[in-house]
Amino acid sequence: MKLIFEKSVPGRSLSLLPACDVPAYTLSAPVRGSAPRLPEMSETDISRHYTQLAGRAHGVNDGFYPLGSCTMKYNPKINEAAAALPGFTGIHPLQPEETAQGSLQVLGDTARLLCEITGMDAMSLQPAAGAHGEFTGLLLIKAYHRDRGDTKRTKIIVPDSAHGTNPASAAMAGFTIVNVPSGPDGCVDLDRLRAAVGEDTAGLMLTNPNTVGLFDRNILEITKIVHEAGGLCYYDGANLNAVMGIVRPGDMGFDVMHLNLHKTFSTPHGGGGPGSGPVGCKAFLRDFLPSPTVKEENGRFSFAYPAKSIGSVRAFYGNFLVVVRALAYILTLGREGIPAAAGNAVLNANYMMKKLSPYYDMAYDRTCMHEFVMTLERTKKEYGVTAMDIAKSLLDHGIHPPTMYFPLIVHEALMIEPTETESRETLDEAVSVFVGIMEEAKRNAEKLHMSPLTTPIGRPDEVAAARSPVLKYAF
Amino acid sequence: MGSYIPNTGSEQREMLREAGYADFRELYADVPESMLIGALDIPSGLSEFEVRSRMEALAAKNVRFTRIFRGAGAYDHFIPAIVGSVTSKEEFVTAYTPYQAEISQGILQNIFEYQTMICELTGLDVANASVYDGASAMAEAAAMCADRKRGVCLISACVDPQSRSTVASYCFGSGMELVEVPEKDGRTDMDALAALLSDKTACVCLKQPNRYGIIEDVDRAAQLAHAAGAKLVESVYAMSLPLLRTPAECGADICVGEGQPFGMPLSFGGPYLGFMACRAELMRRLPGRIVGETHDAAGERAFVLTLQAREQHIRREKAGSNICSNEALCALTAAVYLSAMGPEGLKNAACQCVSKAHYLADRLCAAGLKLQYGAEFFNEFVTVSDVPADRLLARLAEKGILGGLPLGEHEILWCCTEKNSRADIDEVADTVKEAVK
Amino acid sequence: MNLPEELKYTKSHEWVKFIDDTTALIGITDFAQESLGSLVFINLPQVGDGVVAGETFADVESVKAVSDIFSPVTGDVAEVNTDLEQSPEIINDTPYDAWIAKIENITDTADLLDAADYEKAVEEEN
Repeated sequence: MKLIFEKSVPGRSLSLLPACDVPAYTLSAPVRGSAPRLPEMSETDISRHYTQLAGRAHGVNDGFYPLGSCTMKYNPKINEAAAALPGFTGIHPLQPEETAQGSLQVLGDTARLLCEITGMDAMSLQPAAGAHGEFTGLLLIKAYHRDRGDTKRTKIIVPDSAHGTNPASAAMAGFTIVNVPSGPDGCVDLDRLRAAVGEDTAGLMLTNPNTVGLFDRNILEITKIVHEAGGLCYYDGANLNAVMGIVRPGDMGFDVMHLNLHKTFSTPHGGGGPGSGPVGCKAFLRDFLPSPTVKEENGRFSFAYPAKSIGSVRAFYGNFLVVVRALAYILTLGREGIPAAAGNAVLNANYMMKKLSPYYDMAYDRTCMHEFVMTLERTKKEYGVTAMDIAKSLLDHGIHPPTMYFPLIVHEALMIEPTETESRETLDEAVSVFVGIMEEAKRNAEKLHMSPLTTPIGRPDEVAAARSPVLKYAF
Repeated sequence: MGSYIPNTGSEQREMLREAGYADFRELYADVPESMLIGALDIPSGLSEFEVRSRMEALAAKNVRFTRIFRGAGAYDHFIPAIVGSVTSKEEFVTAYTPYQAEISQGILQNIFEYQTMICELTGLDVANASVYDGASAMAEAAAMCADRKRGVCLISACVDPQSRSTVASYCFGSGMELVEVPEKDGRTDMDALAALLSDKTACVCLKQPNRYGIIEDVDRAAQLAHAAGAKLVESVYAMSLPLLRTPAECGADICVGEGQPFGMPLSFGGPYLGFMACRAELMRRLPGRIVGETHDAAGERAFVLTLQAREQHIRREKAGSNICSNEALCALTAAVYLSAMGPEGLKNAACQCVSKAHYLADRLCAAGLKLQYGAEFFNEFVTVSDVPADRLLARLAEKGILGGLPLGEHEILWCCTEKNSRADIDEVADTVKEAVK
Repeated sequence: MNLPEELKYTKSHEWVKFIDDTTALIGITDFAQESLGSLVFINLPQVGDGVVAGETFADVESVKAVSDIFSPVTGDVAEVNTDLEQSPEIINDTPYDAWIAKIENITDTADLLDAADYEKAVEEEN
């Protein structure tokens, strides 16, 4: 398929703007030497180009997308309709507050609902993504200790099963990372945790259920150990879909957390963004939240400026149109719908795990939460077929592969998260595809090594891409 | 109540049985009883009809201005219809990050095309797939410049407050020292900059045009920075790129900016688009995703996420940045916008922004306001008045016009884009003239 | 296993070639490059940097992973092999010719093994 630049013809254009109706002003400031080589095309050709590109993309609207830790649930269309309302899209972020009461209420109501769902006391919707939220939450922890005059606390404890953003965010926030190994059951090893905490502990970052899809029964003991050492507990909300409306991070002993609206709250992934990563905290941290937050008094909404705010982590208030979508979703599900979604997410995962167990090795032999991890280590040894091979074969069946090679504590891992929005027959079909591939692995490993065979391209040469990077079109 | 759960109650019960559980409670056997909440204290779920009414009612509580003369980081530009048509395609909206290259060529190719366009506009060698917004892009750029010996970031007082606040928060995290370069007559004080530069300076951060709309002498700042061994980070107003001397021509090492003017509506501040581009030698320090070109075994051209070993999922605590997502759909928005406008259309729009702003400035001065600064501006400028700014803006609001941003009791930062008609500009000036009497 | 006899080795898979008592070249072993797979980039130290025996001083990237390289000696970086910046695959092709850095003013070393002991250590690891 050609690049858009390869379809450009000099002189072609659209007719978009009227002529200038005021006298032309010529700047005396130095101007650019030559025009940028942007495409010159007709609207017909632009439209077809992007339709062609769309035909080479695959979204959750196209098929089953069991990506562990990503919560690829259905993206409701009413959310899109709400986000497209001109009364939301046409509002300038610096309009007078009296003229933006609707938008301020969207932020205020969503923050309040998310606080109730998570057991937090205050929420900022400013961070644009989960990692952004993590960084913000860690800055809250840093500001809290500094405010108390406690400058010794320079370490953040992270389990070795954690998502890569956890240690990366902690490093960006200026902490050093202490890795704590997981026990053989995939959960935090309490003895190792006790040995790791001390006077230099600023906090712990954890997700529960954890990244292998298990609910850590010792969670209250874990947060207690960290609190007793003087540290704070940060909850990575990426896995909230398993427990929302059933358990609350605030009740597990967490002091600060982030949410992923583009996971748990159904806002679309967009091919890699925009997402939204709100940060919630207990009351004692609310003065440090990014500025501004939104407050309500007698039905009137306005901005508030936390007294000891860490400042801001971006311009303005957050990915507002993403928050609109999440609000529509929360209003749709409501009191009963939210725990029902979580319960069915867990049911669907256990249902798939049970049906796959005769054919695939499960990393952990117990009830999973919203996702489960399979290990292809034995298949690799016996047949030379790896997690990568299985994943690439799935592409030939129109199923997006599960998360591969994560978490790091499981070898040849495939992590499956079906979500609650999949029907029984979709799960049954997926199971039979997985079973078929395993049979193929035993009979014809070579075919799996060559897959995918039916996709627009085969496996790309990633070594060449990294050794001699070509990162833009060569005109 | 909606929940998007397809399976009926009886299907769910069958599935529970097949999986070996008596009820839903058993699935949560690992959760201590004391932790289970009874019910959330939020209203019951609503039907789609009710949700639509609720959201429409909320939107109706806003006052939507259709004549906007305010910028300051969010700009009301014309958005061609083709943009929304493309960005609402399900395959783009509901796709995940393109880690599986074989089924994501559409997304990856679009990002590659977007990267190319950003390089063309800025004149620089490499661009990434985008970051969250312009302010955080500046913060990430400053972090790129730090090394063991150089840990000071010099930031001009003429950079907009939002970017400065964001850079300050990121520096609170990283430990980079932030020092402000004073302003003089609405521009960065270059003598002061020269005095502040040292062998500890990692970078100098400027905005072009700056927070007052004034055009800075970026060439001079770059010369000074380089003489001291520091790098120049230039944050630009996207719509200035088609006209002004490019960041590359000025000597910038890294260019960042807010991409919202390229097809994204005002949306009360987000989602927006942070673009980043840099010289070739800084390529491996760029945060975030980057798409590269390669081929498959059959020799087909293929696009992949590349240089991933920079990123958090591989480097973990040694990564330069923790950033995981980009603003992919917003990058798509910008690419479609730039393709629809084309080089001529974009230059035309930029020229109209400049011309209309200067026309407004002339008319406002004739109406009794004064320009605060004498230096040349792009499409934003600051006026001073004897009467309070609030009074002027209130009169405009009565007519459904969102006037400039009040900077103080008597100062207003005005902005014009190609959307402001001559008739509207005249009405603004006439209203102001009445109000200052 | 490809193990030149005249070199010394570390358990973390680096080799050392002493030019004299206080100067040496360092690289990574054949076993290391084999395990890492096709290398795409190397982050070299800067000339003048101090290195400490047992601590990391460089890293190599393959497509999906990053690996630290630990210095077998304590000293100062006199030279780095800039050829590796353009072509890190030289390490894959000829690991014992592809020196990474030349260290001078060596005052200390980590535990260094001869070829036979290194081979044993690698076998035990597996």
